Amino acid sequence: MNLRPKHQRLVLVSLAVLALGGAVLLAMWGLSDRAAYFVTPTDIAAGKAPHGQAIRLGGMVERGSLTREPDGVTIHFTVSDLKAETPVRYRGITPDLFKEGSGVVAEGRMEGGLFVADTILAKHDERYMPPQMAGTATPR
Amino acid sequence: MIAEAGLAALWLAAALAALQLALALGAGGAGGRAMGTIRAVAIAQGVLTLTAFAALIAVFLRTDLSVLLVAENSHAAKPWLYKFAGAWGNHEGSMLLWVTVLAIAGAVVAVFERHLDERTLSASLAAQAALALGFFAFLLFASNPFERLNPAPLAGRGLNPLLQDPGLAFHPPTLYLGYVGLSVAFSLAVGALVTREVGPALARAMRPWVLGAWILLTLGITAGSYWAYYELGWGGWWFWDPVENASLMPWLAATALLHSLNVLAARGGLRAWTMMLALVAFSMSMVGTFLVRSGILTSVHAFAVDPTRGSFILALLTLYIGAALALFALRIATVKEGAPFDPLSREGALVANNLFLSVILGIVLIGTLYPLIAEAATGEKLSVGPPYFNATAGPLALILAALMMIGPQLRWRRDRSAVLPRLAPGVVIGIAALVATIPIAPSIGLLPRLGLALGIGLIPASLAPLAGRALRRTPLAIWGMCLAHLGVAVALVGMASDSAFTREKLTTAVPGEQVEVGPWIVELRSIRPVAGPNWTALEAEMRASKGSGVNVLKPQSRFFTEPVTTTNEAAIETDWNGQLYAVLGAQDVATGRWQVRLWWKPFVTLIWLGGALIALGGLLALIGRWWRAFRARRRFVEAEW
Repeated sequence: MNLRPKHQRLVLVSLAVLALGGAVLLAMWGLSDRAAYFVTPTDIAAGKAPHGQAIRLGGMVERGSLTREPDGVTIHFTVSDLKAETPVRYRGITPDLFKEGSGVVAEGRMEGGLFVADTILAKHDERYMPPQMAGTATPR
Repeated sequence: MIAEAGLAALWLAAALAALQLALALGAGGAGGRAMGTIRAVAIAQGVLTLTAFAALIAVFLRTDLSVLLVAENSHAAKPWLYKFAGAWGNHEGSMLLWVTVLAIAGAVVAVFERHLDERTLSASLAAQAALALGFFAFLLFASNPFERLNPAPLAGRGLNPLLQDPGLAFHPPTLYLGYVGLSVAFSLAVGALVTREVGPALARAMRPWVLGAWILLTLGITAGSYWAYYELGWGGWWFWDPVENASLMPWLAATALLHSLNVLAARGGLRAWTMMLALVAFSMSMVGTFLVRSGILTSVHAFAVDPTRGSFILALLTLYIGAALALFALRIATVKEGAPFDPLSREGALVANNLFLSVILGIVLIGTLYPLIAEAATGEKLSVGPPYFNATAGPLALILAALMMIGPQLRWRRDRSAVLPRLAPGVVIGIAALVATIPIAPSIGLLPRLGLALGIGLIPASLAPLAGRALRRTPLAIWGMCLAHLGVAVALVGMASDSAFTREKLTTAVPGEQVEVGPWIVELRSIRPVAGPNWTALEAEMRASKGSGVNVLKPQSRFFTEPVTTTNEAAIETDWNGQLYAVLGAQDVATGRWQVRLWWKPFVTLIWLGGALIALGGLLALIGRWWRAFRARRRFVEAEW
């Protein structure tokens, strides 16, 4: 196949455009069911979190709500945004900064009335609060 | 006084950047005299910025609490290494480091660049000065690291304990050198577009910068990944965190640029495409800086939330990227076309490499920005994590790995000879590995399985270009390419092995009990308090054995007072075939049992070994090119005599 330079440039430009379009399409497909929406206990109470879909739950760990199952590694606690509450179950070692009365973001899904968390993120330091929580609750 | 001197040096450097911009714009094609002045200005600017950075390190080392930044981020009772590295463990300090690298890179290119004609060089130096000016303004008006605090507090607030690790001394400077090294590629592309001198000479001038920046980015990402792996105690090595993506995106663009530069340097082709990539690569560095430094992200790197800073960086970003793309659009039609090539050729393979890298870049960029755009547009809050990135970028990366088996073995321009026999070793070994994984590991996922097969097949394929060559006379650049591709193969095997074969055990134990994970039997022996320079900890002693010999692991749960936090220090036992990773959790008050989390990760170390090989391959190529240039110059000088 012998292409003239001008044709070759045309082919390369079309390939680049095709790749760009492909990237956008692939990204849209991926995002359509893999983006985890951030919800608060109020949203869950209002039925905004479909059963089984990946979500992130943000709020405060309610004081006095933390309990441990006999296996020693499964914990239960309640996340609150001062208006509503969601019970959470998590199996694993809690992050360094996780404690009652401080901010938390849990990733997981709703199963029945229970939020089953795969990952727990706690707020990182005094000056830092997850930006998504800025409008929902005040730490401490 | 030191702080005031630092601030004065910064203002002077900013003024010099403005002067450099004016001089370089004015020089146009004047040549000789103006060039000398511009060089002197660029050097002075680099030296002054370095002085300011040294001043910041000095106030941190002395823990001068009358400086706001020190009071907020440091503490007298901190080991000196963290006082030193703590200078950039915060927003203002890290931005000063960024600008310091930018100014020094500008000085180096002004002094040492000899490939380019003076008009292109002076246009490039104008672009570099314009970049520096914007970021100087950002420091001086929105992120002054030398701001005083009156009255000075009695004690500082300390450094985030997660950052109190030797990694802080190396990881940020390495990454920043890589990020900002790409600014030179950006400026050179702008210069060449202005003067319409896009050609092999430009590619040769750009290549060492891109190669150097790419090596450092590779090292920075590899080190950052290992740091997160052992410091976070989550057993993972890549989380698709936006901040990780912020370093991955410039790396992807730089990798594509590195490959397309070869076509431009060797064959004069892919001119427009290469210029575009040079602009995109540094734009990705700036997008990364915006993402990390604007505080809009949930991350350990988001030091402070300050909306004015975010808008300032966003404005700079829009200005620079917009101007560069506008220049590209105006000039690209006048750039000459390169030599034609056959689809089945080295050029064709490099085009494929570039297309796939660009698509992966696009997918990572969209996934990273989508939460921000969605929130701005609809107010909906969401996050995009591993499920998205693994499902979209994963398969593309595997296709890219498959193409890597073929590309380096093709000839330039057209390849009419029999290609298949050359590919046979890699393909045969890859297929054998694929078949072998089925009985060994019947239940692993498709992506890890293909990753294992492709990685193993890629090992011989990446060395194949050396076959049939006189090894001692093979240029270092070829060795570098083979080594870097081998590094990709090794890292791919490590990633696939980690996701396919990792065994995890989460349980509770009391001293004297045994826990099994993978081939290991781990006995919890004791738990006792220990003390460090600015922390106390509970340390577990675990004895791990698998048949013969005993290894002792000592994971800790550390308690810091300045600021008050606890961290889990994982203990890692590295064996030839993988790592045993142990984390000590909290004690259950009711039962007195300790939480223990253990992972056995076969061949996980190959991930970082691969990263190091990739960087080493780049280094060999860089040294090889320098050596050639040096030899050529010496020969030239001898001929003159």
